[in-house]
Amino acid sequence: MNNFFLIKYGSEILQRMGEHLLLVGIAIATAILISLPLGILITRQKALRQPILALANVLQTIPSLAMFGLLIPLVGIGSLPAVIALTLYSFLPIIRNTYTGIMSVDPAVREAGRGMGMTDWQLLSQVELPLAAGVILAGVRVATVIAVGIATIAAAIGAGGLGVFIFRGIAVVNNDLILAGAVPAAAIALVADYGISWLEKRFGGCLKNPDVR
Amino acid sequence: MEPQGITVSFQDVGLTVGGRTLLSNLNFSIYTGEFLVLLGRSGSGKTTTMKLINRLLAPTLGTVRVQEWATTDWDVIALRRNIGYVIQEIGLFPHFTIEQNVGLVPTLQGWNSKQIKSRVHELLHLIGLEPGQFATRYPHQLSGGQRQRVGVARALAADPPMLLMDEPFGALDPITRLELQQEFRRLQQELGKTVVFVTHDIQEALILASRIGLMHDGRLVFLGTAEEFLHSENAEAQTFLKPLRTMERWTERE
Repeated sequence: MNNFFLIKYGSEILQRMGEHLLLVGIAIATAILISLPLGILITRQKALRQPILALANVLQTIPSLAMFGLLIPLVGIGSLPAVIALTLYSFLPIIRNTYTGIMSVDPAVREAGRGMGMTDWQLLSQVELPLAAGVILAGVRVATVIAVGIATIAAAIGAGGLGVFIFRGIAVVNNDLILAGAVPAAAIALVADYGISWLEKRFGGCLKNPDVR
Repeated sequence: MEPQGITVSFQDVGLTVGGRTLLSNLNFSIYTGEFLVLLGRSGSGKTTTMKLINRLLAPTLGTVRVQEWATTDWDVIALRRNIGYVIQEIGLFPHFTIEQNVGLVPTLQGWNSKQIKSRVHELLHLIGLEPGQFATRYPHQLSGGQRQRVGVARALAADPPMLLMDEPFGALDPITRLELQQEFRRLQQELGKTVVFVTHDIQEALILASRIGLMHDGRLVFLGTAEEFLHSENAEAQTFLKPLRTMERWTERE
């Protein structure tokens, strides 16, 4: 029983999990701070929509190992390039869902708000963002789940995290080591997925009802 | 009804969007306290004309004046808060309760919560929805007719002197529609509001209007009372009266 991988590597798993969560947490928070305003911006400035979404799309298609490699000459190795890479990967889902969420607000609701004399800021903060909250959170959820997965590769550039076990396990051909990294990473992804979808239901409930006007 | 002053005036107004002329040569006034129905087929420019009043659109030619000032000189937010606005799709905020929806403009105007609450309850009584039962409900928990009543209450909330209504009863069943038309006509006379009401329904126009403005291809081709409309020689007016006459003959045969 003492040989079971979760127990054998218990204390190091906790430490690596902490590192992993920190990488993902900082990256997602940064991504939200940048992507949310960008997503709102492209609902206001239609001309910027194509270039911004195209850029976010391109970022998303860069293979993760290459992305980490490309960042090394710019910011060296360690957690900084890892956080930057994870942030860049999170742009697309959050920007796209912010845009989609706001644009899917019933045009009649928007027209009524404008017609009654709401300023653009009032319309955004009191109507559009609350109604788009569910869709925006879904974007954050997708970004988080992707980031938890990609963060395992960040161990390759010395950023720590659960990927350390996986790379070590591959090097010494030890499945227990690989599982010690992979299983907790999967657990984090599942918990994040479940937790954020709970938030979506809590705050995005009013969009679920199709006959709401 | 005798004109008691002019609330809105259109002076040589035209609107061209992307090379297409939507409105031209609009010259008319809307009097304080009158119920003006803009009647026309879809695409005739009636809704567009109405949106010039609260500057959801700005004219490319001429001037629209609201209470003496050109709409382009008004602070657009102040202008809109001075004019109630009701649309066919209602546009109630789905995440606001009925109370919050009706209290929207007073809240934006910074009334205190006690004033807002008493105003909202007064309005809910006025439109026949018991506040104790409806204030805390959400729009999706109401029927179409009830929602449209709330839309009217919301437009009246800050007591604007004028209301703009774009086919507000269009999506309702005929029985509810007639009920709301009659109730609203009574309410309008009671409150003395100036109303501009857009519809394509000749019957509705005849029930509600103190004057009917008939629009065709972006022009105002007739403006007068319902009585005058019934005797108008205008070709478009005749077209609108035809279905009505057909129905009269049909009911006489019974």
